[in-house]
Amino acid sequence: MSPSQYQGYPMSSVEPIWSIDRVLPSDLDKGHAVIEELMAALESAGWEGRDVFHIQMAIEEAVVNAIEHGNKRDPSKDFHIVFKVARELAELTVTDQGEGFDHRHLKDPTEDDHLDQPRGRGVMLIRELMSEACYNEKGNSVWMLKRRSPAEEEG
Amino acid sequence: MATYRRITLTENGGVTVVRFIDKKIVDSGTIEQLGDELKALVETDKRNMILLNFEGVEFMSSAALNKLISLNSKVKGAAGRLKLCTLRSEILEVFKLTRLDRVFDIRKTEEDALAAFKL
Repeated sequence: MSPSQYQGYPMSSVEPIWSIDRVLPSDLDKGHAVIEELMAALESAGWEGRDVFHIQMAIEEAVVNAIEHGNKRDPSKDFHIVFKVARELAELTVTDQGEGFDHRHLKDPTEDDHLDQPRGRGVMLIRELMSEACYNEKGNSVWMLKRRSPAEEEG
Repeated sequence: MATYRRITLTENGGVTVVRFIDKKIVDSGTIEQLGDELKALVETDKRNMILLNFEGVEFMSSAALNKLISLNSKVKGAAGRLKLCTLRSEILEVFKLTRLDRVFDIRKTEEDALAAFKL
């Protein structure tokens, strides 16, 4: 599948220092390998501390969700990752080939009845840790943005 | 006794203190193996007073959190006690965001946590 066959959110107009646009098979090892690449690029661009942690957490959730829930680990299905890093912004879109999900009516994992459930926190973490995040209508593509924290707030 | 490759164990006053070998608990294979080892602590080795010391752990994904939740259920089922300590501030933040700080007894240091077992 070529990237042009995927539809995600329009990316911002910020000129990136580094970017990646890649289609990968539904393989967790390959997913984690590309995340390592993204994190190295972030740190090379001068990002550090809590921001890096937040971005890594959100990327992990998005990629694992795409592979495990979106594509159901089907080796015949791919996921598309687009990542741009600028000095003050990092932007990510992850799109899978699954049927999507109803992201508007998720159970709240922080409610007392759900606290001891071992799943269901990924979408919430993406929304809480990134500056902005949203899913497309179908629910098979997530876009997220992180604005770099002022220096005095880090660490 | 079970074999442990992702964790190390020490005993302190009847409490099994668990430390993690991996600085980043994110790889799916690592997480699955870690989950199996934590489960074996309770089911195979019958430990039910467990302290998870996260010193040195820099990152853990929500899949790893899920394994901790499963461990908590097992320890409770065995009428045991589970505490966590020495969480990096960013990881503690995730526990607070997810309200898992209400599920787990989290202490700042190993000393604090061990003292809490005596209460």
